[in-house]
Amino acid sequence: MSTGNMNLTLKVWRQKNNNTKGALVDYKLSGISPDMSFLEMFDVLNEDLINKGEEPVVFDHDCREGICGMCSMFINGRPHGPKDLVTTCQLHMRSFKDGDTIVVEPWRAAAFPVVKDLTVDRSAFDRVIAAGGFISVNTGNAQDANNLPIPKMHADAAFEAAACIGCGACVATCKNASAMLFVSAKISQLALLPQGQPERYRRVQSMVAQMDAEGFGNCTNTGACEAECPKGISLENIARMNRDFASAKFISEETI
Amino acid sequence: MSDINSNIPEGELTNKWTKYKSSVPLVNPSNKRTIEVIIVGSGLAGASAAATLAEMGYKVKCFCFQDSPRRAHSIAAQGGINAAKNYQNDGDSTYRLFYDTIKGGDYRAREANVHRLAEVSANIIDQCVAQGVPLAREYGGLLDNRSFGGTQVQRTFYAAGQTGQQLLLGAYSALERQIGMGKVEMYTRHEMLEVVKIDGKARGIIARNLITGEIERHFGHAVVLGTGGYGNVFYLSTNAMGSNVTAAWKAHKQGAYFANPCYTQIHPTCIPVSGDHQSKLTLMSESLRNDGRIWVPKKKDDTRKASEIPEDERDYYLERRYPAFGNLVPRDVASRAAKERCDAGYGVGASKLAVYLDFKANTERYGRIEASKAGIHNPDKETCMRLGTAVIKEKYGNLFDMYAQITGENPYETPMRIYPAVHYTMGGLWVDYNLMTSVPGLYCTGEANFSDHGANRLGASALMQGLADGYFVLPYTIGAYLSKEISVKAIPTDHPAFVEAEERAVGILNKLVNIKGTKSVDHFHKRLGHIMWEKCGMARNAEGLNEAIRDIRALRAEFWSNVRVPGTVNELNPELEKAGRVADFIELGELMCIDALDRNESCGGHFREEYQTEEGEALRDDVNYAYVAAWEFKEGVQFELHKEELKFENIKVAQRSYK
Ligand SMILES: Cc1cc2nc3c(=O)[nH]c(=O)nc-3n(C[C@H](O)[C@H](O)[C@H](O)COP(=O)(O)OP(=O)(O)OC[C@H]3O[C@@H](n4cnc5c(N)ncnc54)[C@H](O)[C@@H]3O)c2cc1C
Ligand code: SF4
Ligand code: FES
Repeated sequence: MSTGNMNLTLKVWRQKNNNTKGALVDYKLSGISPDMSFLEMFDVLNEDLINKGEEPVVFDHDCREGICGMCSMFINGRPHGPKDLVTTCQLHMRSFKDGDTIVVEPWRAAAFPVVKDLTVDRSAFDRVIAAGGFISVNTGNAQDANNLPIPKMHADAAFEAAACIGCGACVATCKNASAMLFVSAKISQLALLPQGQPERYRRVQSMVAQMDAEGFGNCTNTGACEAECPKGISLENIARMNRDFASAKFISEETI
Repeated sequence: MSDINSNIPEGELTNKWTKYKSSVPLVNPSNKRTIEVIIVGSGLAGASAAATLAEMGYKVKCFCFQDSPRRAHSIAAQGGINAAKNYQNDGDSTYRLFYDTIKGGDYRAREANVHRLAEVSANIIDQCVAQGVPLAREYGGLLDNRSFGGTQVQRTFYAAGQTGQQLLLGAYSALERQIGMGKVEMYTRHEMLEVVKIDGKARGIIARNLITGEIERHFGHAVVLGTGGYGNVFYLSTNAMGSNVTAAWKAHKQGAYFANPCYTQIHPTCIPVSGDHQSKLTLMSESLRNDGRIWVPKKKDDTRKASEIPEDERDYYLERRYPAFGNLVPRDVASRAAKERCDAGYGVGASKLAVYLDFKANTERYGRIEASKAGIHNPDKETCMRLGTAVIKEKYGNLFDMYAQITGENPYETPMRIYPAVHYTMGGLWVDYNLMTSVPGLYCTGEANFSDHGANRLGASALMQGLADGYFVLPYTIGAYLSKEISVKAIPTDHPAFVEAEERAVGILNKLVNIKGTKSVDHFHKRLGHIMWEKCGMARNAEGLNEAIRDIRALRAEFWSNVRVPGTVNELNPELEKAGRVADFIELGELMCIDALDRNESCGGHFREEYQTEEGEALRDDVNYAYVAAWEFKEGVQFELHKEELKFENIKVAQRSYK
């Protein structure tokens, strides 16, 4: 069993709730193993705090295997930390050095208000999906799945777009807090599939409208979102969404 | 022997469900609009049911503890979902899926439920594809399949190593559509803490808003729990950190029987524990066993690197012991075989609690095929490995990346080290054929119920069950109950039953924050997990189980006098949430041991050392134990056993053999 010997200084954002101001608080940690995940390092910190009679740091997490999209720490100025294509929970301490100082903050965006410490409210994403991120088909009576062959290329491309975990790192990293990468990933998944065609233009309009209503910013093509996305969602999706959005305007009201 | 009624319809096995569906009483559309259904859980089982019931016209409220319904733990399922489509023309059929599931479950599941599951399995794939779920396809544009353990056909549909994610996002999008239309009210970051019963029927829940700490009362004509499995009773498992038994346990305390709690699935291929800091274990999907061969060195305590051990000094023990199924034996068999080798001193890695999962042979084989496709004749080994690696990457890329991330080792170059870990719980709330618990109006679906997998679940069958329950079974069966409730007006939540249930919930919360002891919640959870893993894990015996029961009782007393829960009840307080869950796990742990002790046989995931064949295989006792153990909760954490006899009328019960 590995025992650790890394010493770290953490600067962690502490904020009681949305009505109070927050601040960075310093914590010293020792005995950290390089095999620990970043969140296990936080478990050690919290156990320490509890034993000292202080309040542990609140942060979102659940699956701890990079798929639920719940973990969301802004680490040393980058969402999900220094490694590419990795969520906070899959980041391991071997990516840091003994003696490092690590700054940990919540996602920051007007549409993602802080709830407490490192936890934010991302329900805006759900509302964008509710506005049109689906195919309108009720349960029952679907035709045999193989009656609708789909070229592997399209199916694979749709799958790649569908790999988005809804974490919000793209928004957190964007200087405009734009949600274009997230929204375009869903729109692309459905636009690439034959099942998604009937509602294609209507969908892009309603999802974009909801995205704007939630207070997400505009896209100015800096590409930070793609660089920080743990699932490698591509900027091509934004281009596709923009094309569909432009086309939708030329399609008459009744067809949309 | 049965003293409980499972309400299985009369008639031929193959016609029961069809006949039931066409004769079940219906609720007319105008009545549906006034009938409210509460669904706790937004995983495959909950989200599919919530969406479908709302589509049918019921008023639905859906609850989950995560910040979005899309994050339910179903999202983490990797390998795939079974369906009897026979697209591969390899002899699959409804009957074969039914048969494999009963046999895989070691003849401890109910025939009628399993047959229904096999019948609706094909519809699930149709439904998901219609929703735009991007399942893997072949070049011809048709759906692809892979093999999973315990079967000899290819019936598993998948989306790379993210099948659960894609299926859940499909169900989530259907759910969000209903939310957008105002037909489902979604309560995220809410935890159900009590079931409310009025005149013996489930009529609502008490939930805590996790952000504000407010306690809320919600009425429903019926309540459905799709709250997932309880593997976290072991502390370390492949479940998400928040997965818990609380909803099911509170229902149990209100009269819902808990069935077969001791049937736990230990998954053979997980990343081994690396240290005391470990907070959870990560699965390496069973689909890897399609292409990976499992081995240990033939020599005890061999310290050489895997690459330095020549072929003839490797023991491919699954292929040796089970030539017919080889690396694709069911999970319980594969897990025990790994434990046997490690206990005997053949384990690998620093902890010696690991075996190798090696992709080399198949990488080379794929490479050869690719080379031949590309017109390269007599390719050298390096070319084969390079081309083959690309194939492996396409199939399992995300799993290999995850492995590399966690262990710091490159699995494309060295074999993976794997070891069994707690993964799934076949036990759960007892339900009848209608998926109703022993409390009228209280239903249970998905992993939270006990219904379809007997003593061992086959891979890729949980996703199938969750979606079968939610899309195709519950929407019919709940109608049978609700059709008799149409005259019941929504009951105001100032009814004494709501007040009383709220008092119970608040009482526990206050008690927890006021103990102000010296040990954290995790401290107790880890100790419980240790007891469970050592004494009620992969192998159990009467002595160990008796000790475990004693130890858990002592732990319960210590927990309630010495746990430290910081913060207050009126705020976002994850320690308080954990404390409530661990309190329930402690009680459940005791029941699991009691159940394991009662079952004097070995079957599926329940292996009692006293009951094994000469070759070390599980030895069932069909004369005395062909029953579902359904436990009733009694005052003072006591449990009373009820038995549902299992009748096998369509399958010949036999010693399970994969040799
Ligand atoms: C790592 C992993 C891989 C797997 N791979 C496969 C696979 O390849 N194929 C397969 O068939 N199966 C697989 N399984 C099993 C399968 O994923 C699960 O059994 C299944 O998804 C469970 O679905 P569910 O809807 O019953 O529960 P979950 O998806 O766990 O959902 C539970 C829901 O209940 C809610 N909830 C729980 N308690 C409360 C409460 N008190 N109050 C409010 N809400 C509550 C949660 O918020 C959540 O929404 C895998 C499991 C794991 C852990
Ligand atoms: S696009 Fe990437 S960064 Fe944005 S929510 Fe999806 S997975 Fe996260
Ligand atoms: S905790 Fe689920 S993605 Fe990190």
